[in-house]
Order: sequence, then structure tokens, then C-alpha cells
Amino acid sequence: MSPDFSLNSVNSDLLVSFTIDHRRLITLQGEFLIQLDGMTKSFPGVLANDRVNLTIAPGEIHALLGENGAGKSTLVKMIYGILRPDQGQIKWKGNTVEITSPAFARNLGIAMVFQHFSLFDSLTVFENIVLGMDASTDTSKLRSEIEDISTRYGLPLDANRHVYTLSVGERQRIEIIRCLLQHPSLLVMDEPTSVLTPQEVEKLFETLNRLADEGLSILYISHKLDEIKALCHHATILRGGKVVDSVQVETETPSSLAAKMMGESLATSNLEQQGEPGEIRLQVSGLNVLAVDEFSIPLKNITFEVRSGEILGVAGVAGNGQDELLKALSGETLTADSSALQIDGKPCGGKGPNARRMLGMSTIPEERLGHGAVPGMSLVDNGLLTAFQRLEFLTGGFIVRGASELFAQEVVRRFNVKSHGIEAVASSLSGGNLQKFIVGREICQKPELLVVSQPTWGVDAGAAQTIHEALRQLASEGTAVVVISQDLDELMKISDRISAICAGELSQTYPAAGVTIEQIGLMMAGAHSVDEITEKVDAI
Amino acid sequence: MLFKLIKRPEPSRAMVFVSPLVALGLTLLSGIVLFQIMGVNPGQALYAFFVEPLTSKYGWGELGVKATPLVLIAVALSIGFRAGVWNIGAEGQLTLGAICGGGIALWLYQVDSIFVLPLMVVCGIAGGMLWAAIPAFLRTRFNANEILTSLMLTYVATLFLSVLVHGPWRDPDGFNFPESRIFSDAATLPLILDGTRLHLGWIFALVVVASAWILMARTIIGFQIKVVGEAPAAGRYAGFSVNKVIWFALMMSGGAAGLAGLVEVSGPIGQLLPSISPGYGFTAIIVAFVGRLHPVGVLLAGLLLALSYLGGESAQISLNLPLAVTGVFQGMLLFFLLACDVLIQYRIVPATAKSIAS
Repeated sequence: MSPDFSLNSVNSDLLVSFTIDHRRLITLQGEFLIQLDGMTKSFPGVLANDRVNLTIAPGEIHALLGENGAGKSTLVKMIYGILRPDQGQIKWKGNTVEITSPAFARNLGIAMVFQHFSLFDSLTVFENIVLGMDASTDTSKLRSEIEDISTRYGLPLDANRHVYTLSVGERQRIEIIRCLLQHPSLLVMDEPTSVLTPQEVEKLFETLNRLADEGLSILYISHKLDEIKALCHHATILRGGKVVDSVQVETETPSSLAAKMMGESLATSNLEQQGEPGEIRLQVSGLNVLAVDEFSIPLKNITFEVRSGEILGVAGVAGNGQDELLKALSGETLTADSSALQIDGKPCGGKGPNARRMLGMSTIPEERLGHGAVPGMSLVDNGLLTAFQRLEFLTGGFIVRGASELFAQEVVRRFNVKSHGIEAVASSLSGGNLQKFIVGREICQKPELLVVSQPTWGVDAGAAQTIHEALRQLASEGTAVVVISQDLDELMKISDRISAICAGELSQTYPAAGVTIEQIGLMMAGAHSVDEITEKVDAI
Repeated sequence: MLFKLIKRPEPSRAMVFVSPLVALGLTLLSGIVLFQIMGVNPGQALYAFFVEPLTSKYGWGELGVKATPLVLIAVALSIGFRAGVWNIGAEGQLTLGAICGGGIALWLYQVDSIFVLPLMVVCGIAGGMLWAAIPAFLRTRFNANEILTSLMLTYVATLFLSVLVHGPWRDPDGFNFPESRIFSDAATLPLILDGTRLHLGWIFALVVVASAWILMARTIIGFQIKVVGEAPAAGRYAGFSVNKVIWFALMMSGGAAGLAGLVEVSGPIGQLLPSISPGYGFTAIIVAFVGRLHPVGVLLAGLLLALSYLGGESAQISLNLPLAVTGVFQGMLLFFLLACDVLIQYRIVPATAKSIAS
């Protein structure tokens, strides 16, 4: 996590000092906008929120910080009326309220921007906004109101464009404008930057700062420390459903926040590359895949190679062809030109997943339940899923139970998978543990070539560390590894070379050591070569 | 006192076995109430329903005879259901099996050879498969929904049988009744228990149960079927062909239904009639689900539903109860069974007033 990632740091520091004074003033009067007291919520087998307290003053940008599974979403869902607390109370502008539904929350003045948007692709921006309004709304006034908000808060948007033509950042703007039209007092944002390029993040932060200046309170949910440092005034840190600390962001550093969030000092492992990369394991040249439906991305002329012993990182904002690329590499999608994809020099474009596995390739898809693992099956069976051929778990079509059980046990032990034993069904594991199992299942088969998509998406820091080390270890043993990820920090940490995918096209690859975050951001936005990048950097 | 349901973190394994027993108990209890209201002695009625059919060797034989087609079809259907292939046209595949196998019997009615019966069995199975191949082709080639195609083909099959027995296959010495010749001895399934009508088909059913169990629990084919049925994307990722699984499931269930049809006409019926099945192909769908899509469960469920048929007949004879009581009993059993299934995923806890409000 490089400190230079903090965007607009100077601006926001000024803002912080301004609003802290503001906050102190208000606190003296005892006038919080919202005050949560002892919020508790349990689900079967887990206490998601344990007596959580949280207060937000008017005009404050308040961070809710925590790893995945710390209970952030549960708390927010209670604030927005989607879940009801088991215990605890909410005070809104000094009065105790019981938020029974999202409609009730909206009436109070709470608006929320979800991580996943609810927009109709085939309708225009304006139509989408009208659909979310009461029937009584005057649509002629609405148009000018939208224009007004979009210019005032730096949310440029053409109301007549169809949603499917918009980037993710522009789609998010629709959701924000939709919220602002309700004139809320509190805006809740759930991991808003997870789908944005660095440039889009910068724009979003400008907007949020402007909104806070005008007195709007913002509850900002994230686990990205640099962003919180750059944007927020105050932070409440959750771990295991409990508030571990509530701090002024100004007085913290990203690493002190990380320590509080993770509750343990993370060993920064030495991921130095050893030796020169070896021979070419995977050669992709001019790979084209047509779109299967109107929502999938066609792959255009994808060309790259991966050598034994190196990790190639593929950056990119979600939905730019990563799924399609993984399926083309794994053999779930076959290519017409078989020589477009060669494993150890053998044309494989027309061969299915099993044939490619026998040539030493393993793949790990992004989606765990339902793609990488069968939800209702035990870990033994899920181990069998991809390993039965390579590890010879069959005799004459019959499954050798003993061998597959031993394999599952080995994966569970080596990757420290927490479960009720190897007979536990995949869906009963937490996301991080299931991901450790899936990654472990492929690595324990000793592949010579591994393609993995989003290896640590939604995984806690400890598990992410385990997975990163395992990938690095695998590369040092001579395996060629391709990591497709939206997490730039991750890619910078483990890759030897980096490229980016945008709208189904892959950029050139560059040594990870010499690339800056800004350059990758531009590659992710569609620039293909260094020249183009420098041009764009100059333009900015 | 009020109760509420709380989702279990994991499905309860114990409840998978306990819930059918609870359902059976509740069915009996409701039966007692029902008979009380009807003015019949509940003890006598339940005895007539569930015990009397099994007091004689003949009764046990009849149980096997009734259960044979149900089990044969339901075991194969349950494999298809686990693969997510919804073949509900087993009745039609059964009819085609009876036509093809029975056709051999009529063609070779003068031949007295031990090869007649095996040939009939092969043709019966092939007939069922042929009929199931149509929905399989339409599904894999044109993505046509097999629920609709297999169901519609059922009516084609039964009308086809009707045409045959009213026309070309009518018994020349049968006084113009729409029936075929009675099958020769060489074309009739041998009985396996003296003094009963229990025939070789019961052994076929048991063999199919055992093979299905091994197939699903121990082989890679069964594993593929389960994976593709539960998570098709994971199946493609593992390199399994969804189309192959669809073909396999439909060939299996079509073949088994064809065999059941042949077993009926060359066993208890002994000739081709316009109607050869009281809806075994549809009842088998119920049997498959009552048996939890597991071969052994299906065997037990098949016996239970067979018993309810026999019990209904016996209650009609000894207590003058209406035939509808059979239907009511089957309905109650299914109702309670489905209701008790909730306990596999949920547990019941006493509810406080506050938690109900939320």
C-alpha cells in the first residue's frame, strides 16, 4: 500500500481541519445527525454486529472501516431499514426512531448508493431517474433539477444517453444524482470506488467533498485505507462485528488504520523475484472471441506470453472482458483458430478444460460458488472436481474415495482452511476459506501454468497474504502464473509484469517495477502503449 | 405458545431420515381423525389399509408387482432430476417400450424359444430410449424445453398404441375387442414366487436400484450428473459436457421406462390393451421425490405408494370405504412429507412476542 496513492491529500487535509472544528461545535450542543447505540444483529452461527455504537455529525464524512466479514454491510443495512436490529436503538436528529423499511429511511433523509447498481441498461439516464421517483413528481421540473445537481456537484451526465453506453463511473453518477434529488441529510456509500479507475475515484472525491461542505453527512464504507485517509474526517473501525476504535483520521496513518482493522501486525513478506524467467509456457497470439450475447465483451486480438517462473498481472476495471478472457484460457470457450493459444508450443485453442489440465494448466475463476466450486457438495467432491484426471483418482470410471479424501485433507491442511472437516459442504465455508480451498486445490496439483482471476476478492487480509505467498512460491518453483485482478495494490505487490484489459483489448505488458499507478490507470482506461500513456499524462 | 423457524447453518443430516417418519406418523394420526369423522373404527380401518394387504404371501407378491414399474421408472427419473433434466414423459416412454417389446411377442407368437424374451427386453428398452431421444435431440440442438416436449409425446404414444390395438395388431380371434393376442408362454415373464403373481420384473427393479446406487455414489458419471445438475457453470469449468449429461439422463430414464412398459405387458397384463398403465409414469415422479432422489429411498417410496394402492382396494372390500380414501391418503402423505422437509433446512424454536413483531 503505497502512501502516494492518496489523492488530493492537500485539499482534504484542509477540509479535515475545517470540519473537525465544525464537529466539535456541534458535539457541544449534543446534536448528532445520527446516533447508533448498542446495535446488535445475529445470523445463524455468527454474531454480525455486537453492540455497535456510531455517531455522525452534520457535514461529516465518516468512514466505516473493516475487513470483509467485519459486519459493515449488516450495520448499513440496519441504518437503511433492510434489516432490523435484534437490539439497540437509532437516534435521528435527537429523536429515537425505528427504521422499518428503506422507504421509511428515505423519508427520514437517508439515501444510499449501493455497490451494485439497479439501472435498466436499455433505458436512458432520464428514464432511469424518473422510474425511481414518486408518480406525482413533475417530470418537466425534474430535467432542470438533474442538470442543476449535475453541474453544481461536478457530476457531468447527459440525461438522454442510454445506460448501456455509459461507463461504470457514469452509472454511479446516476445513482448519486438519484439520491441527491431526494435532498437527503445522510448519504451512505457502500464501497463506491471498487469499480472505478483512479481518475474516476479522484472525480468522485471532489464531488463528495463539495457535498460535505454544504452540510451533507456521508457514511463511507470501505476497506481501502488510502482513500479513507484522503477523504474522511472520522472513522469507526469494525472487527469481528465489534467497534475496535473510533478515530480522527487526521491523526492516523494508513498503516496505523490497517493495524487497527486487522488487529495483528501483518508480516510484509519478501516477494523478491528470484532469477530470470524461463521458457515460454503460454503463448497467446491474436486471440479473438465473439460476444455470446449483448452483455458479454468480445475479445479482440489478445496477444501475450507468460514464461516459466514469472507472474503476469492483468489489471482492468470489472466488466472489460476478464470473465471472457478467463473462459477462453480455461477452455470453457473454444477458439476457432487453435494455434491462437499454445501451451508449451502445442496448439490448444480447440481443446477443452480437461485436455488443457493434462497439459499442466490450472485455472481459478472469479466466481467461487457455482463456478469454482459446487455449493452443495463436500470439500472432498469439490477437490475431485478438477483434480480427478491429473491426480488419477479414477480406476475404470470408479472414484477412489481414499485418494480424493487424502487430497482434500492435504489442501485443508496446507492452506489452513477453516471448516467442519472435509465433508463440510462448500457453501458452509466463509468466502475467504472457500477461496483458500479453491486456490489450494489447484496449487496442490502442481500446475506448470496457472491462470487465476480475482484471487483475493472479498477475502480477509490474512487469507489474502496466504494466497499471495502461495502464488509467489508457485512461481519461484517454475510455474507460469497469470493473475487477473481489479486490485492494483495486489497486482503491484505480486506481479513481475503488468498489463491491463479494456473493452476486450489487452495493452502491452510492462515490468511492474517501472510502472506508476497513474500509468496503469490510463492503461485500464484504454491506452495501449507507453507513448500513448505519456501523451495522456501530459494532457492531464 | 408460538413458534418460529430459524434457518440452520447447514442442512440437518438426521432430519433427512427423520422427516419421512414424522410425516408418516402425522398421516396416520390424521387418518385416525378422518376415520373417526366417517364413523369407521380407526383401528379397523388402518388395519385394513396398511396391514391386511400384507397378511398373505399373495399380498406381498402383489406389493412387488405394483411396486415394480414405479421403482424402475422412478430410479431412473431421479437420476435425471439430479442432472436438472426434467423428463416428465415417462408414461409415453413406457408405452413405446410396451409397443416395441410387445410387437416382438406378437411377431414371434408361434416361436417357442428362450431368446424371445431377451429380445423383447432389448426392444422394450430401445423403444423407450427412442421416444426419449426426441426430447433429448430437441433440447441439445434447439434448446427446446424437455418438460413440454416429453409430456406432449406421451399423448402421441398412447394414441399410437390405441391405433395399433384397434387396427393392425387386433387379435384375429378376439371378437373385435381392441386387444392384441395373448402372449405365448415364451413371451411371458416367469413368476419367481409360487402362489403369487410376482414376476422376474421385480428382480430387474432391484438390479436397477443397485446399479443406480453404485452409479451415483461411486462413478465419475454419477459425479458429473450431480455437478451439472447443481452448478452447470462449475460443470463446464471442470470440463464436463452438459449435452452429454442431458443425453445420458434421457436415455437412462427412457430405457428404464421402456423396460417397465415391457414388464407390464409381458407380466401381469400378458397382452397389449388400449391402456396398459394407470399412470405409473406420472406416479413415479412422486415416488422419485418422496424417495429423495436416492435409489434406496426410491425403492422404499415405491413400496409405500404400492401399499397405498393395495390398501385402498382392501379398504374398499372389507369396510366399504370409497376409493377416494386412497387418494386422500396419498395426498396427506405427500403433504406432510413436503411440510416436514422444512425441518431439514430449518429448526423450530419458541417465539417471543418481540421476535414475531420483527
